[in-house]
Amino acid sequence: MELLYVICVGVLTFSGIFLCLRGRTFPVVVGLTMLGYAVNMFLFSSGRLNLEGAAILGMAEQYADPLPQALVLTAIVIGFAMIAFVVILSMRARADLGSDFVDGREPVDARKLVERNSRGQAE
Amino acid sequence: MSLFLIVALLLIGVLVPIYTERFGRKINTFATMLAPGIAFAYIISLIDNIFAGEHIIEYLQWIPSVGLTLSLHLDGLALMFALLILGIGLLVIFYANYYLSDKEDAGRFYAYLILFMTAMLSIVLSNNVLQMWMAWEVTSISSFLLISFWGHKSESRKGARMALTVTGAGGLALLAGLLLIGDIVGSYELSVILGSGETIINHALYPVVLTLVLLGAFTKSAQFPFHFWLPHAMAAPTPVSAYLHSATMVKAGIFLMARFYPVLAGTEMWFLIVTTAGLMTLLLGAYVALFKHDLKGLLAYSTISHLGLITLLLGLDTRLAAVAALFHIMNHAVFKASLFMAAGIIDHESGSRDMRKLNGLWQFMPYTATLAMVAAASMAGVPLFNGFLSKEMFLAETLHQHAFGFLSWMIPVLATLAGVFSVAYSLRFIHDVFFNGEPVDLPKTPHEPPRFMKLPIEVLVVICILVGLFPVMMIGDFLAVASKAVLRTTDLPYYSLSIWHGFNLPLMMSGIAILGGIIVYAYRSKLYRFQSQFMQTDAKLIFEGVVQTVISRLSQAHERFDTGSLQRYVAAMLVFTIALIGLPLFEFDVGFEPVNMQDVSGIEISLGVIMCLSAIATMIFHRQRLVALIAISVVGLVLSIAFARFSAPDLALTQLAVEVATVILLMLALFFLPKKTASESAPSRVVRDLGIAAAFGGLVATINYIFITQPLASISEFYLANSKTGGGGTNAVNVILVDFRGLDTLGEILVLGIAALGIFKMLARIRLAMPSSDEKGRPWSTDRYPPIVSMVSQALLPLALLVSFYIFLRGHNMPGGGFIAGLITAVAMIQQYIAHGVEWIKPRVKVDYQNLIGLGVLIAAFTGVASWGFGYPFMTTWFDYFDIPFIGEIELASALVFDLGVYLTVVGATLMILAHLGKLSTPERPKVEA
Repeated sequence: MELLYVICVGVLTFSGIFLCLRGRTFPVVVGLTMLGYAVNMFLFSSGRLNLEGAAILGMAEQYADPLPQALVLTAIVIGFAMIAFVVILSMRARADLGSDFVDGREPVDARKLVERNSRGQAE
Repeated sequence: MSLFLIVALLLIGVLVPIYTERFGRKINTFATMLAPGIAFAYIISLIDNIFAGEHIIEYLQWIPSVGLTLSLHLDGLALMFALLILGIGLLVIFYANYYLSDKEDAGRFYAYLILFMTAMLSIVLSNNVLQMWMAWEVTSISSFLLISFWGHKSESRKGARMALTVTGAGGLALLAGLLLIGDIVGSYELSVILGSGETIINHALYPVVLTLVLLGAFTKSAQFPFHFWLPHAMAAPTPVSAYLHSATMVKAGIFLMARFYPVLAGTEMWFLIVTTAGLMTLLLGAYVALFKHDLKGLLAYSTISHLGLITLLLGLDTRLAAVAALFHIMNHAVFKASLFMAAGIIDHESGSRDMRKLNGLWQFMPYTATLAMVAAASMAGVPLFNGFLSKEMFLAETLHQHAFGFLSWMIPVLATLAGVFSVAYSLRFIHDVFFNGEPVDLPKTPHEPPRFMKLPIEVLVVICILVGLFPVMMIGDFLAVASKAVLRTTDLPYYSLSIWHGFNLPLMMSGIAILGGIIVYAYRSKLYRFQSQFMQTDAKLIFEGVVQTVISRLSQAHERFDTGSLQRYVAAMLVFTIALIGLPLFEFDVGFEPVNMQDVSGIEISLGVIMCLSAIATMIFHRQRLVALIAISVVGLVLSIAFARFSAPDLALTQLAVEVATVILLMLALFFLPKKTASESAPSRVVRDLGIAAAFGGLVATINYIFITQPLASISEFYLANSKTGGGGTNAVNVILVDFRGLDTLGEILVLGIAALGIFKMLARIRLAMPSSDEKGRPWSTDRYPPIVSMVSQALLPLALLVSFYIFLRGHNMPGGGFIAGLITAVAMIQQYIAHGVEWIKPRVKVDYQNLIGLGVLIAAFTGVASWGFGYPFMTTWFDYFDIPFIGEIELASALVFDLGVYLTVVGATLMILAHLGKLSTPERPKVEA
């Protein structure tokens, strides 16, 4: 179980980091969301994985650690606010800069690549 | 009065000239002199105490909790310097009154001067080395301001920059040295440090400390090889030169060496470094001074030479040498200040400082000439003037040392040689300027200066003569207390301050110097011709060249890193983080034994696989954005199931609600962003990013695995034990949120509110084009609000609100609470927006979301504050049980009110974000002016 859990955390991190390194804003936002999931899972697991142990007094024999849960709960809500902030920021950037590139301008190699690909398709 | 008041008074004095400038030059000058005058009088009044052997130390608590205490002191050495700084400072201000032309900004000039004076005085009075260092830096900065006073001249700016760079760099070395000393001794108190000489000298870091402190002293005091800045500082107005290069600035380095003499001197290393630097500087300065045609240039190199002499004396391993050094500090300050002032008068009244043009001025200004001649004679070391006495002591001391072992004979020989040049340049100063034929096309006909412009010089020259004639009476006691402070003894070695010691070797050396000087001067034209064969190097150009090269190299390096590409920054940061967290894992104990391993079921494996596949799919399809969005929402849903599975019902509910809100949010954003993008990353970049991401994912998973397979030692036992009894709720998670860690939650909803307001602001006046069709050119559907959706969601709303109310109320005891209820309400409301549109909602829901956020935060904060009213600390929860007819016993807790605040903030923030974003795609979008 633990192994499966950390593999999921690892894959989510992997996917999140890769998306964060993209050149346009939307994948970066999606990547941040993904990273947010991974981070929440990571933090949550510091209370270990407990089955049938919700921290409601009188409902279980062995309670799960409530502290990481409380922290992650607020983290989820704040994570949402931050993602919303970044999304709107990227929209605003697109409105003001005219492009949705992270760097504010099209990377030089990106344009060449696009041209080459489109030429390849034409042929 | 106290020493602190003196410093405070002088600091106020910095402002005085600025405000009195409007009343005319005279009043301005006298008002400026007031503060230093009072300080001078006060220090004079303390002379008797110091002579009686007292050591005044005063403390002022600043931040006692971290051991920061301001402290000032006054001992013999500080007394001597304080009197020089204030006395000569007063004369310089008086002199500047006549020197500065009417057009010049005297207020600013005086302000800089007083600032500099304050800083200098603080250096000598500081009893704490850090405080001393601060003052030291202020002298560097204020001298920069003074040297660059005529900022319209390029040479002023360059000279000032050079002085600041060299002394500033030295200041940094000094700081490092002082910090090391503080570390070794365990205190920054000077009085403690001065008593710990043994500890410092025997410490392994002594060579480092010594090098750093000497770097500070040598740069400030223009010792070889850092002497080059001083001549260029001559671009300053002459009163500044008279002040900085006689009694202050350059003497700060000397003061530092004298101050730390008891703790740093006395070792081979000290003798070798200080003696060598002093000797080189002495010779070099004296030799070069002879070839300077500029009056101030000559005086500048002469200053370098005399500073070398003092340094050399401090480096000689006899106690008397230190006494001689102190004596020469006083004498040099007096005669050099008067010489600079005389040079200023000559420049002022004849329009030139070039000794090739200045000739025969005796006939125009005999009185000034006489004063200058006395001062120059003192500089040359002619008997009956003060310079002679200290020079005699110096020559005597060069004979009694062993600094260079068998080669120690070099020191007296080279000292005499320097004396020869010193006499020669002094002679040149007198003969070239006042005699030697007629002036050569001077800009104006020279004449005597205003009567009182000569007054400061007269005062100084009289001191020269009086000290020269009656040394014991004039300065015997000052020298004694200063020497006691430097040598840290009450028992001074024997020395005699008389003019005549009989025919002895030092007298002979003086004689040789004077005769040799006359001969050298007589044959100077041959020397000039010899010297003219060498290439003239300008330290200014070399220095600027070096600075420019360093700057351009650094900016090249900087440009390589700082490309302005955020993508690259993120990658670089991640690589660095991987290195930081990866390296310690290599050293992790190999005997790691996982415990707590639990079995895994088929359902769990399937869910894990779904989650991983969706994550990978998001990655692969990230350029087809809608597909990516669907994929990531699967990840979020599986996560919420996982939370439910791992005993976290609150989290599962929160995650579910947030997931819905997030997907709606991203959908709305996607409307305005490209739906699909072409492949833009070069294959090499894709591979690189995959590598970084894989390394990072691997590391995170590893760390996670390491800690979740270890036994848990949690502080949560406390929360579980006190949740019911102390917080009145059985849902420990909720009790933690609204009670135990209520302050954290308050902060968090505040952040939520701020983020929402920030979004509101960013969406205001946004200029985004509304796409009229999707990426394939198909126009958007005009059938905007399908009736079935409208009907169903309208019917669902009361139900959803009821559910959220229920969830809210039971939150304290069962899974639920303000966060979750707020999200459910928000989602229900958003559904109405989707189903009916903004136009439909607007007249029906007249709630201002901004106010909702504010209200929520206020309620939460007020609940916390209210507990003060009952005499409890901030955010103490109160609860009790009530028996209400027909409903039964219920519990009411003040935490519920707090949770209400959370609820309102979450509803307000979420709706504000989504509704405002949604509004952009409707006719309700905010107007943008063209």
